[in-house]
Amino acid sequence: MPDQFLFAVEVTLNGLMAGVLYALVALGFVLIFKASGIFNFAQGVMALFAAATLVGIMDGQVPFSHLINSIFGTSVHHFGWHVPALLAILLTILVMVALAWLVQYFVMRHLVNQEPIILFMATIGLAYFLEGFSDLMWGSEIKTLDVGLPQGGSFWIEDLTAGLGSDNFYGFFIDRLDIVATVIAAVLVVALVAFSQYTKQGRAMRAVADDHQAALSVGISLNFIWVLVWSLAGFVALVAGIVWGTKSGVQFSLSLIALKALPVLMLGGFTSIPGAIVGGLIIGVGEKLFEFAIGPLVGGATENWFAYVLALIFLVFRPQGLFGEKIIERV
Amino acid sequence: MKKRLATIALGAVMAAGPAMADLVMPLLSYRTGPYAANGIPFADGMTDYFTLLNERDGGIGGVPVRVLECETGYNTEKGVECYESTKGEGALVYQPLSTGITYQLIPKGTADGVPIHSMGYGRTSAKNGKVFSHIFNYPANYWDGASIAINHILDVNGGDIKGKKIALVYHNSAYGKEPIRTLEELAKIHGYEFSALPVDHPGQEQKSQWLQIRRERPDYVLMWGWGVMNQVAIQEAANIRFPMENFIGIWWSGSENDVLPVGDGAHGYKALALANPGAAYPIYDDLKTHVYDAGKSAGAGDQTGTVLYNRGMYAALLAAEAVKKAQEIHGEADITPAMMRDGMEALSLSEEDMAALGLPDFGPAFTVTCDNHGGGGLGKVQQWDAKAKTWSVITDWIESDKSVIDQLVAEDSAAYASENNIEERCN
Repeated sequence: MPDQFLFAVEVTLNGLMAGVLYALVALGFVLIFKASGIFNFAQGVMALFAAATLVGIMDGQVPFSHLINSIFGTSVHHFGWHVPALLAILLTILVMVALAWLVQYFVMRHLVNQEPIILFMATIGLAYFLEGFSDLMWGSEIKTLDVGLPQGGSFWIEDLTAGLGSDNFYGFFIDRLDIVATVIAAVLVVALVAFSQYTKQGRAMRAVADDHQAALSVGISLNFIWVLVWSLAGFVALVAGIVWGTKSGVQFSLSLIALKALPVLMLGGFTSIPGAIVGGLIIGVGEKLFEFAIGPLVGGATENWFAYVLALIFLVFRPQGLFGEKIIERV
Repeated sequence: MKKRLATIALGAVMAAGPAMADLVMPLLSYRTGPYAANGIPFADGMTDYFTLLNERDGGIGGVPVRVLECETGYNTEKGVECYESTKGEGALVYQPLSTGITYQLIPKGTADGVPIHSMGYGRTSAKNGKVFSHIFNYPANYWDGASIAINHILDVNGGDIKGKKIALVYHNSAYGKEPIRTLEELAKIHGYEFSALPVDHPGQEQKSQWLQIRRERPDYVLMWGWGVMNQVAIQEAANIRFPMENFIGIWWSGSENDVLPVGDGAHGYKALALANPGAAYPIYDDLKTHVYDAGKSAGAGDQTGTVLYNRGMYAALLAAEAVKKAQEIHGEADITPAMMRDGMEALSLSEEDMAALGLPDFGPAFTVTCDNHGGGGLGKVQQWDAKAKTWSVITDWIESDKSVIDQLVAEDSAAYASENNIEERCN
């Protein structure tokens, strides 16, 4: 097979994997938007906060140590223990549930029946608060996150495919972390879909999404459902934070991964869990192939803007996104 | 009541008014935002050095140093606000630690008569003191960096790199694009094949660039990155098993922050150094006695000896030495920004001077003159040992190719002078 074709296949495969990573972030947005109509601007910062909390717990870091030390003149930084990854993940989930409750108690419940733009503004405020809170709690240095996920190209795939092309083709490069992320994303989507379809809470969540007042009239607690939804979004943020944090270390820039989720949401629709995955895959493959084929002709670095152009093209034909609910307003 | 109000008002005026007889050193820091992890050690190093001078020597020439820290978040607008809000305090020199902020402050500092020092960053052609009267970028600039990296590659290859492929992975911004012209000019001289791969901000996703590198197999990859771009690039290089000893970053891509998250995969990665890393210098004994043990460390006090802490300390040292020179020239201890500019323009540091300051074999010996605000253009190469988690300096000072750099500086500064109707000085 010609090398150029094989390279294009390699780029496509890597685009699919990158798309899964984008979809992981987009899922959190979808969950909250689906259940409450809120575009959660803080989703990226939640990923940062979740990952920083995970590293902090694993390393036995004293939360707010800088603050404690500056107030009391002490020098405490670590508890001196190391928490196994699995236990630390469970503890982080509890922290994210607590965060969901706090968000609901202090912010969201005061804004029931407000315009969506007000709720959106509230999440902007939440994002900036959480950004500073995360720094204050765990420090702003770059943290290494190692929960045992593999990294680096797969030798097996490289060796298996190296013979397909000429001597200049070295086999397909597939990052093992991307493979693991794909499996995690698949499990997550199946679990989330199953939860929303087959559990009492999931059905209640969908009822709230359909009609707040009707849901309230049949005895569904809006507050509970919102805590549940924010907890789920917190859990998804943790998963995204683990995968992206393993790639680049846990640092402020983790909060910017939300930028990668926006075109995915525009394309897949804000209300569809499978839409987030399919949207992610289309964006991932589209931007990588464009960079591969056209990038060198226009000086490269096309991915950021091309993802949005691709999403805009889809929007022209399907304003609600590929899987979004069609908006029908009758007079 | 009136008397009480008058007392309060007087107190407020006294508190708000400029404190007299101190040397004001503004510190445009970023302890928050996407680059906080790099901004913190630099700010800590700078502050700790000035604290040391105050505690040990009673300041510089008997006048205490007052550090005026202003948070920019690495945001250019905020940086300019910091400048505007602090210049009235008698700020002696600004060190923006951001190329974007530096570009904004070049005309402002020049108009206000306040010197700007962009150490190893900013506008490269500011080296030409004939055009940039108040801007300094000693001891080396980006173009020096590009040339030093190529000279190192030449050394490794016995002086012949004809036909070699050298790629540049760069932050797709004014900063990242700085070395391209120099590398293209050097390619004409040395006969290597040059290609440039931009990475958009923030650089969290670089799969396309590294797949391209894997396809094209360059012999060397240079990097002009900052923040998360560095960690991801080094991780991706490790992922495709690119030989790390052939991957060389500029000095802004060579701190512990850039390699530690990658773990063992970063072993062998090289970066340029403006000054040496580590804490094995006599000055650290003084810092321990007068600053750390006295509970006067800046920040959390946990950045000692890191690359960026040392660089911040070095930036403070260069400012302090310029103050001494200004005091010497003008015979006044409490100097003005104009006197500070004179001191910076007459700055000369030898190896003996550095040793006397407690930092032997730490930074390069160099001299600043009226027409050369960029120093000697020297740099070293350091290499990361992932097992020991330390940087090791592996070369002596490498000099940049002045025949190429000076020509480029002259062209760029002449264009700036023409655009801004600046008459050359130093004649």
